[in-house]
Amino acid sequence: MNNIKMRVSGVEKSFPGVKALSGIDFAVRKGTVHALCGENGAGKSTLMKIIMGLYQQDKGQIFLDEKPVEVKNPIQARELGISMIAQELNYVPELSVEENLFLGRLPVNKAGKVDWKRVRREAQRFLEEEGLPYTPDQKLKTLTVSDIQMLEIIKAVTNNAQVIIMDEPTSSITHKEVEQLFAKIEMLKAQGVSIIYISHKMEEVFRIADEITVLRDGAVVSTDKAENLDLDTVIARMVGRKLDNVYPKEKVEVGEKALEVEHFTREDLFEDISFYARRGEIVGFAGLVGAGRTETMRAIFGLDPHDSGVIKIDGKETQIKSPGDSIKNKLVMLSESRRDDGIIPVRSVMENASLGNLKKFIYGGFAHRAKERSEVKASFDKMSVKTPTLDTAISALSGGNQQKVLLSRWMLCNPDIMILDEPTRGIDVGAKFEIYRLITDIVKENKAVIMVSSELPELIGMCDRIYVMCQGRISGCISRDAFSQETIMKHAAGLVNREP
Amino acid sequence: MKLKTSQYLQKFSIFIVLVVLFIICSLISPYFLQYSNLINVARQLCVGILIAYGEMLLIISGFLDLSVGSVLALAGVFSVSVFKSTGSMELALIAALLTGIVCNIINAVFVGHFNVPAFIATLGMQQAARGLALYFTGGQNILQLGKFVKIGQGMIGPIPIPVIIVIGVTVVVWYLVNNTRYGRSLYAIGGNRPAAEASGINAKRSIYISYILNGIMVGLAGMIFMARNNAGLPNGAVGYEMTGLTAAIVGGTSFTGGIGTVSGTIAGAFIIGFLENVMNLLGVNSYIQQIIKGAIIVLAVAFDVVSKSRKSRKVIIVKEAAASK
Repeated sequence: MNNIKMRVSGVEKSFPGVKALSGIDFAVRKGTVHALCGENGAGKSTLMKIIMGLYQQDKGQIFLDEKPVEVKNPIQARELGISMIAQELNYVPELSVEENLFLGRLPVNKAGKVDWKRVRREAQRFLEEEGLPYTPDQKLKTLTVSDIQMLEIIKAVTNNAQVIIMDEPTSSITHKEVEQLFAKIEMLKAQGVSIIYISHKMEEVFRIADEITVLRDGAVVSTDKAENLDLDTVIARMVGRKLDNVYPKEKVEVGEKALEVEHFTREDLFEDISFYARRGEIVGFAGLVGAGRTETMRAIFGLDPHDSGVIKIDGKETQIKSPGDSIKNKLVMLSESRRDDGIIPVRSVMENASLGNLKKFIYGGFAHRAKERSEVKASFDKMSVKTPTLDTAISALSGGNQQKVLLSRWMLCNPDIMILDEPTRGIDVGAKFEIYRLITDIVKENKAVIMVSSELPELIGMCDRIYVMCQGRISGCISRDAFSQETIMKHAAGLVNREP
Repeated sequence: MKLKTSQYLQKFSIFIVLVVLFIICSLISPYFLQYSNLINVARQLCVGILIAYGEMLLIISGFLDLSVGSVLALAGVFSVSVFKSTGSMELALIAALLTGIVCNIINAVFVGHFNVPAFIATLGMQQAARGLALYFTGGQNILQLGKFVKIGQGMIGPIPIPVIIVIGVTVVVWYLVNNTRYGRSLYAIGGNRPAAEASGINAKRSIYISYILNGIMVGLAGMIFMARNNAGLPNGAVGYEMTGLTAAIVGGTSFTGGIGTVSGTIAGAFIIGFLENVMNLLGVNSYIQQIIKGAIIVLAVAFDVVSKSRKSRKVIIVKEAAASK
């Protein structure tokens, strides 16, 4: 239990002008889970890239079983028994399960022909051993993210991995799948495999980790047994200061109903959705992945069609057929996926910010650049967006800053109603709190906020009311005095009868 | 933040290349700097620049048009035959523009509405338009264009008419790209279409506008092309889409979308034009010229990709530096 499987000692890494890692000492014991915590940019990924051989350290040494090793590239890492399950799984959708399992090491006969029979046989055996319900010839695109992730883990194990790095493994899988993943991790531990677990989700870290190392600004702040730590301590170490009042909820006077949605339906996705949001109110939407929350919001915003139902804005029935219609009616939506339908990566932060309300800056036959600059600048100051210049490409910013640019985009539309779909997904702890602060400021301006989130503590901390969705329907509406994780989860799992 | 010298160099690299090329050309050929030669280059470039603008608008928003050469020929022969039967330059112009616009609306319907990849949709149009041009003329060239040639060969004062047309079009395209919501939407759609649409941008409308503008360019180019040749050539302008694409790409328009400028495209067209001209002046074998042109396209894109990946490496470092502060 106490013998060290892998150790990095005094590792340093600099990029031109920046010291990314300084004197990192870090050790993983055999058959344990070692969680690595830190804000984005703390050096977690640089360190993992060095371990995987994607970068070479300037100084320091990696030891496996206390023997010094050099990892020059990922192939060598694999040969040494180190594998990584990336956050964004890279896979070829058209490939079959068996091809994926044997990718890069397909068995061949003497003539160089692939021995497909053996591939099929062995793939079949792996799948049976793991109790996975798919066939070797099934294409990867028919599998869920969680299935593919599990395949990656199996692949690592069949490669005889002794150390498996998991980078945000739960960022896109459901609660149930998280349980399956954790069960698998326990099995791996029992087999003596060591796991380096990287996650922003502190609840998970505390559930699964044996030891926790906190990184900040490219240095190790602390390494402790998980049982000797608590959430607040770890977060305080990550951000380097104590965060009081995690959720800056303030009492705001609640006004008229700004948005009412009645009997909103789209076949197979959501049904009979009715709810309202008042000015000055933060209304939460909880539910499991696949409950139809994002689909509902996209349809309300006009990004996707709906079959029937009515949207009322300020009490008036309003036709919304496109996001353009919504924006005209002062309804805006921060999308769930910043990368897919949020940012325009190659364009400047300024253009990204002004995109939602071009009419404000391009009118009367000309683009009014100076006005655009000053208004975007003012908005960035308010949101405390950190960017080198207004002309910097948005892709150069951290996730938290990108999210704040997108919030600026919508605030520049001067909306009355804001739908925020997973506003804090994939951004680090410090930036999360800034986003909460901004949301509080937004409702203080007499706007209505609808917040969709999969993180219950955040909903409970910020919202006035929470609607819970289950299988495309609203299964409950809970008011702030009755908030609890249990109640919400029961509704989300469909364990409570719908109130009449 | 002020730009450093190296950043200036990168930002204006295409213009530096143009100037250096100009100097080299004037040194190695005594004829290059002569007024008549430069006017000739300008005249020759007109068709290419018009096409390059169309391609540029499309590439910025993530599309392209492979049907340019064929539609140009079709618009040209229609325009020529309208002129021959009516004697009206106005009607000839309308015929050319309408042909370009209609063909490109068809392109836009498939690309914008049915989400057929632009490569395929416009490849189909390339075949069809060429076929129609040949069918319409019976495969015969239309000769003796009379006053029609003025639009390609005439002068107003010391300046060729096609050059004046191109200058006018340049102003319009520059204005559209830089001072309209349509222009801004092009970059957004090319950079990330779902994000642009989620920001309230009507991508389909922009796609239609881009193809229609492309159609107008191609129509004009068709008239100038036929006038310069003093013939309606249904078999003419084969492969001209590549001329346009090359100019746009050499001028820094990014094939992955979201990036491109009018000035860069002009510079790209002139670089190609000067190269062609000086190779002709030096008597370089035309087959060899083709090899060189092919190499230039690939090198230009390789340069673009390499400089971008350097930039993105810098970006990571900036990110880590910003976060560690």
